[in-house]
Amino acid sequence: MTRPLIWVPFLGAIALFAVIAWGLFRPADRVIHSALVGQKLPAFTLPPIVPGKPGLSTAAFATGKPRLLNVFASWCIPCIAEAPQLLKLQQAGVEIDAVAIRDTPAAIADFLARNGDPYRAIGDDQASAVQLALGSAGVPETFVIDGQGRIVQQHVGDIREEEVPGLIAAVRNAR
Amino acid sequence: MKWLAILLLALAAPAFADSNQPPAPLANVQLKDPAKEAQAQALMLTLRCVVCQGQSIADSNAEMAGDMRSLVRTRIAAGESSQSIRDWLIARYGDYVSYDPPLSATTAPLWIAPLALLAIGAWLARASFKRRRSS
Amino acid sequence: MLAEAGLAALWFAAALALLQLVLAGLGVWRSAKPALAHDVSTAEIMAAVRPVAVVQGALALAAMLLLIWVFARSDMSVLLVAQNSHSDKPMLYKVAGAWGNHEGSMLLWVTILGVAGAAVALLERSLDRRTLIATLGAQAAIALGFYAFLLFSSNPFARLNPAPADGNGLNPLLQDPGLAFHPPTLYIGYVGISIAFSFAVGAMITRDVGPAFARAMRPWVLGAWIFLTLGITAGSYWAYYELGWGGWWFWDPVENASLMPWLAATALLHSVSVLATRDGLRAWTLMLAVVAFSMSMLGTFLVRSGILTSVHAFAVDPTRGSFILALLAIYIGGALLLFALRVGTVKQGNTFDFVSREGALIANNLLLTVILGIVLIGTLYPIVAAGFGTQLSVGAPFFDKAAGPVALALVAVMAAGPMLRWRRDTAEAVLKRMTLPVAVTGIVLILVAMLGHVAVLPLLGLALAAGLAVASVAPLWMRNLRRTPLFTYGMVLAHLGIAVSLAGMACDTAFTQATLVAARVGVAQRVGPFTVTLDGIKPVIGPNWSALEARLSVRRGETGSVFYLRPQSRFFANPVTVTSESAIATRWDGQLYTVLGEPDGTGRWQLRLWWKPFVTLIWFGGALVALGGALSLLGRLLRARQGKLREGSA
Repeated sequence: MTRPLIWVPFLGAIALFAVIAWGLFRPADRVIHSALVGQKLPAFTLPPIVPGKPGLSTAAFATGKPRLLNVFASWCIPCIAEAPQLLKLQQAGVEIDAVAIRDTPAAIADFLARNGDPYRAIGDDQASAVQLALGSAGVPETFVIDGQGRIVQQHVGDIREEEVPGLIAAVRNAR
Repeated sequence: MKWLAILLLALAAPAFADSNQPPAPLANVQLKDPAKEAQAQALMLTLRCVVCQGQSIADSNAEMAGDMRSLVRTRIAAGESSQSIRDWLIARYGDYVSYDPPLSATTAPLWIAPLALLAIGAWLARASFKRRRSS
Repeated sequence: MLAEAGLAALWFAAALALLQLVLAGLGVWRSAKPALAHDVSTAEIMAAVRPVAVVQGALALAAMLLLIWVFARSDMSVLLVAQNSHSDKPMLYKVAGAWGNHEGSMLLWVTILGVAGAAVALLERSLDRRTLIATLGAQAAIALGFYAFLLFSSNPFARLNPAPADGNGLNPLLQDPGLAFHPPTLYIGYVGISIAFSFAVGAMITRDVGPAFARAMRPWVLGAWIFLTLGITAGSYWAYYELGWGGWWFWDPVENASLMPWLAATALLHSVSVLATRDGLRAWTLMLAVVAFSMSMLGTFLVRSGILTSVHAFAVDPTRGSFILALLAIYIGGALLLFALRVGTVKQGNTFDFVSREGALIANNLLLTVILGIVLIGTLYPIVAAGFGTQLSVGAPFFDKAAGPVALALVAVMAAGPMLRWRRDTAEAVLKRMTLPVAVTGIVLILVAMLGHVAVLPLLGLALAAGLAVASVAPLWMRNLRRTPLFTYGMVLAHLGIAVSLAGMACDTAFTQATLVAARVGVAQRVGPFTVTLDGIKPVIGPNWSALEARLSVRRGETGSVFYLRPQSRFFANPVTVTSESAIATRWDGQLYTVLGEPDGTGRWQLRLWWKPFVTLIWFGGALVALGGALSLLGRLLRARQGKLREGSA
């Protein structure tokens, strides 16, 4: 072995430690973001899930008015936690449409009765088809959709109290 | 260390809360056509479940993995190609969803590494061999 | 009191490790000075190192036994027990639960380290005395770091006041006989490799690298390697039946963490042979010993730091992660620095002809190291990609494509290697000796290809496995079997084991048949040659679980006799978890693997049925490899003893 070559393993180990230390101290973003942010909402049509509330289709977007698309389920506990925030958003004049994942009319009706109903429309997504089409990896998730029907922003997980103003602003800016 | 993987899987388990709804139509049921089922199975093994701890959708109990299996089987049955389904999912979830990293500027070093290692190794090993006498 | 005694044992062991390090350092330093080398106190200092190492190992073992005792008694006033155990658990899982958690498994780690050091101190007689003392010093340095880790950030004996009425329970997925066997086995392998590392460090300090050193190191490497092989094999089988989807290897980071030390240790085993018999690959062998232990430590670290598991983050503990990382950096960085400084002064070993046994062993080392590099890079690449802001998954498709061809090339080299002569051989002669294996490979290739639906990798795998099987028994051909040394049998068996395992993997990939159905009671399902009927579902009660159990009546072919399989869906209360317990019927030609899934709400039950022809060969092959290693070890030890006896009588 030639002289400088002797240092290769040592330098290799240092590179290895650098990678690992980097991974340890700046933990990677574990949230899976939708790659559709910035693009048009994929086309879908979902039937209604509760009587008296319309289902949801892509046509409902692109109306010139920005809105929120909330992906939720009655069996999801963080969805209960974010319900008050959604009500606040609705009171602030934000229109919210929803996709209910793997749910039943009775369970949704019960969920709305308990936790309030901020939704204009709820689509029934039995096999998570629309959720997959949105690039959403769980419930709850909330998408900000602009007036042209483009996805502007994705919010993963339940909406916290302090995040409400930011979302209101995002919807305002999404004309 | 497998047992720790199992432990981690179990820790993650509460994260996929259950809907108590029956699984999607083709989540756990094979396609009638064995060739198409084999094609779907091969694809499912290379797609990452987006809610699990590092499992392919082919071997995950998560509901969402079931929904993804159903999607894959439905589309394969409709005659769509594996590559097109993979591309469709990558367009939505990014490269993360594919266990087969597509070649790009970011993944080029990963794909070149095996060849580079072989070349460097062969070059290093050369030092251990006698030069064949030229005579 | 028991917990306090355990803690005290740990503290004393740590103090002794420090003493061992200081004594060894002083002894080696003094013996290197011409003026002090023959001083009486130098000899006394060096003589003290061995007993200290033995007592240190004994104290670590005592601490581990006390922890097991505390778990067995379900002493809930100990925090670790309260967090990870429950009084309703069967005794086996109470005991095994002692290492089914972070602190306990680290204590097991350091216990094995201490016991291994003690074993070296007690048993190693052939190594040069100064190198041995330096080795024990290196071993003490490693142990000291892990004692510090345990005592300062992972005390397994911490008390909980007030004590709760009962504990949180052990994760049900771990409540399996696999837990009693797999982690300790793998740990003995992982930590056993530390001996190779310490040997290498010792040899670098005393500059004593040669055939004698290699002969002394070989049994220790072999021993660790046997346990690594067993541990990985057992872990694979455990995952196979426990996870319930019929997979036996997932290229999961945690699995890769156990594979990498094995690859490095396998390469080391072969390079040590070259060093021992032909005095070549000196620097390379030292390097591999360092790399092998680095991979063990890296594995320990990767699993605990949580930096590589994905999606939903679980408890990542930066203090603990950084502590192990710091230890890793100190030991590995230090060893490699020593390597860089010293290897220039290690005399270049012999060089070899390309076509020779040595040449094949070098090719083996090259290919194994390349596979190791691929696995390492593939495992860590997601972290690198995250640095570029990309979320990336590297999984089976990458490893199959990148490492698969290299592994097949390695198999070809494996087949040829033992047929080559040492020193010098000719390509023509080798090809002549290889006629039969090559012919068998070709025939199997054609036969399997004629089936039509087998993918390239399993096709080549099967063909090469057949060729390797023939080639690996070739060293016994035309030989006096009674005079053949035991370690030759060991090699034959280990290589044959690889062929068997490879054949199992290829068969499973190529020929597995699956039936996934929503089954109604009484309706027959077909899978492979079997007819499976769901007879009914009934509840069953276990010691700390309740379950829904399906009874499947199974018949092979039209005329076979009926037998029953009972897969379960188990509900554990402490902690609340549902697991599916597969039911497996093992036949000579494969396994029928059945899993009970969920009801679909219309009276049908989800059933997953697989017929996996020859899948058992995977683990049978692994066991053969380990057995081959054991024979080889025995052969080496006997040979060494005979050598001693001969010396004595001469």
